[in-house]
Amino acid sequence: MSAALDIREVTVTLGRAQVVREVSTTVQRGEWVALIGPNGAGKTTILRALAGLVSFAGEILLEGRAVATSSRREIARRIALVPQHPQTPPELTVAEYVLLGRTPHIGYLATETRTDRLAAERAIARLALRPFAERPLGSLSGGELQRVVLARALAQEAQILLLDEPTSALDLGRQQQALELVDSLRRDEELTVVSAMHDLSLAGQYADRLLLLDRGQVVAEGSAHEVLSEASIAAYYGANVRVIHENGRVFVLPQRADPP
Amino acid sequence: MVEKRERATLPRRKLCASCGAQFGCAHGEPGCWCESILLRRETLAEIRALADDCLCPACLTGFADRERSDSLSDDSSNPARSSGTTRWAKAIPHRAVRARGVPPAWGVCAVLFVLGSLLFALAIGPISIGAGSIAKSALSHLPLLHIHSSLSTVEEAIVWQIRAPRVVLAALVGGMLAISGSAYQGVFRNPLADPYLLGVAAGAGLGATLAIAYAPAGSRAGELLPLSAFAGAILGVTCAYLLGRSVGGVRNTGTLILAGVVVAAFMTAVQTFVQQQHSQTLLSVYSWLLGGFGSADWHDVVLVAPYIAVSATVLLLHRRILDVLSLGDEEAASLGLDVRRVRLLIVVAATAGTAAAVAVSGLIGFVGIIVPHTVRLLVSTSYRAVMPLSLLVGAGFLVLADVVARTVMSPSELPIGVVTAFFGAPFFAVVLRNSRRLGA
Repeated sequence: MSAALDIREVTVTLGRAQVVREVSTTVQRGEWVALIGPNGAGKTTILRALAGLVSFAGEILLEGRAVATSSRREIARRIALVPQHPQTPPELTVAEYVLLGRTPHIGYLATETRTDRLAAERAIARLALRPFAERPLGSLSGGELQRVVLARALAQEAQILLLDEPTSALDLGRQQQALELVDSLRRDEELTVVSAMHDLSLAGQYADRLLLLDRGQVVAEGSAHEVLSEASIAAYYGANVRVIHENGRVFVLPQRADPP
Repeated sequence: MVEKRERATLPRRKLCASCGAQFGCAHGEPGCWCESILLRRETLAEIRALADDCLCPACLTGFADRERSDSLSDDSSNPARSSGTTRWAKAIPHRAVRARGVPPAWGVCAVLFVLGSLLFALAIGPISIGAGSIAKSALSHLPLLHIHSSLSTVEEAIVWQIRAPRVVLAALVGGMLAISGSAYQGVFRNPLADPYLLGVAAGAGLGATLAIAYAPAGSRAGELLPLSAFAGAILGVTCAYLLGRSVGGVRNTGTLILAGVVVAAFMTAVQTFVQQQHSQTLLSVYSWLLGGFGSADWHDVVLVAPYIAVSATVLLLHRRILDVLSLGDEEAASLGLDVRRVRLLIVVAATAGTAAAVAVSGLIGFVGIIVPHTVRLLVSTSYRAVMPLSLLVGAGFLVLADVVARTVMSPSELPIGVVTAFFGAPFFAVVLRNSRRLGA
């Protein structure tokens, strides 16, 4: 059986800059891979390439099929992208917004069928958004909006979920809740997750595998124990951190250099 | 499950289509027992073929058990298992999970508004004819109704040969301008976009000026003008689109709008030059630019109705797509839309209809902006409501504006562009004050 994602020597050139350089990796079904690395390392660009939103050299196979030759609709049925700053038109209701996730399943000029409404309803129920179904998006809090966007991605019924900085707008507790939710969705719905993440401790605890990127290249790949080292974080992030291994988990703590 | 399930009441008794047993059904209400049963797509298709409703718990559980034993007996890596996600066995979605579309009350209001303004416009004029008898006369033209008109032959002629073409044309043009305005606003995600944005106005103006200035002696400029204006409008938008695309701007709506500005500036320059050379045309070009329906006859209606019908239909069919586009190009693309092609299709449809409208009525400003924004402010920003309601309200609005244009200074006429702008400009100031709410 083919892997969920097979990425072979993918290079993305934007303008004259090579933003992603010869990245190769394979993501198995049900796996959660986190892309980490400093700002501008190419995390978001890789996600956009996976979703077919940017042209690239090399090859990306999505469940065995080449992304480059697939139609937009075919890709959208297999892969759902949750951008870092999703547009949430304030007057759409939660139900209407989640129904937009059904677009790849609805005929071009058609409207939603009962199947689409049921799929959206299930996504809404799954993310505990039932009480909000008829509320306008503009009246929701940041954490609630995050769940609504996840519900839209879930209604898309794609097997692969791409998350770009899923926790960047959330407080500490909401961050954990959101990632727990993604993890439980992954298990229940048998999803494959690829996420770009800033918080290294969280990335290490939730993802099965980390891909450390720097200037568009993969510089380290493996489990949190293998990838998150004080030396590599100093080298690529220019950060002074302590890495603590405890109870089989890895914690990355920023540490201020001693004043001179 | 994240959600705490409440026990739903089961108010409906139903008979199972599979086994005939009676069972309780919450009929789409959340928390019904059927939400705990998950089935594969193929199994669900089988059940839907059996009945268009829920089955009883025993039967649905039976189907679920059968699936489980199927997947056990199959190879565990059966791709069918992972290729399709499972779905609820539930057959009826909850009523909260739907797109609102046009709220029925507003839909009725808009239809009444159009019918009312049509009747009013037919009744108003130098010879006043009662709206009631006009309605009766209109119904008498319908087959199978056997209603007799109470109007005299002269009155019939006044209503149906003189006033009706003008009123119908105003309705068609108003509806078209309003729906293309809302389509442009959606496609460019810019609340200030109007149907003339991409060079339609300048192109049509140039075409009309050329027709008036260079119409060969003997030919009647009146026949050439609409065709020439139409061709100019299409040419203007085509140039703007090609220019925008050549600088890579089709992905970036800002560049496309700038290309429209460039093309419009150029065409206006040519138009002004031609006018300077043929100063005797100034008056007729000027009066055409301001727009009006003074010379409308059934011929004009027949000329533009097909364009407007096709274009308005295409735009109406895109109302859901325009909601998807409101998420931005990137997200719309990630939902499977070919944004470039969709944008081209909508612009082509809106332009063809607008160009046809402009060809018979001249340049009538503001309708394409104030009508969609009024609908947004009053009803909803979803294009499922904005598109159909704009069509109706735009039609009624321009019919009423035309009544004002031909009555306030009767027997002379006010250019209709003056009327729409006179009411449109103050209104637009209010819209601008609220543009945060309209946020593109």
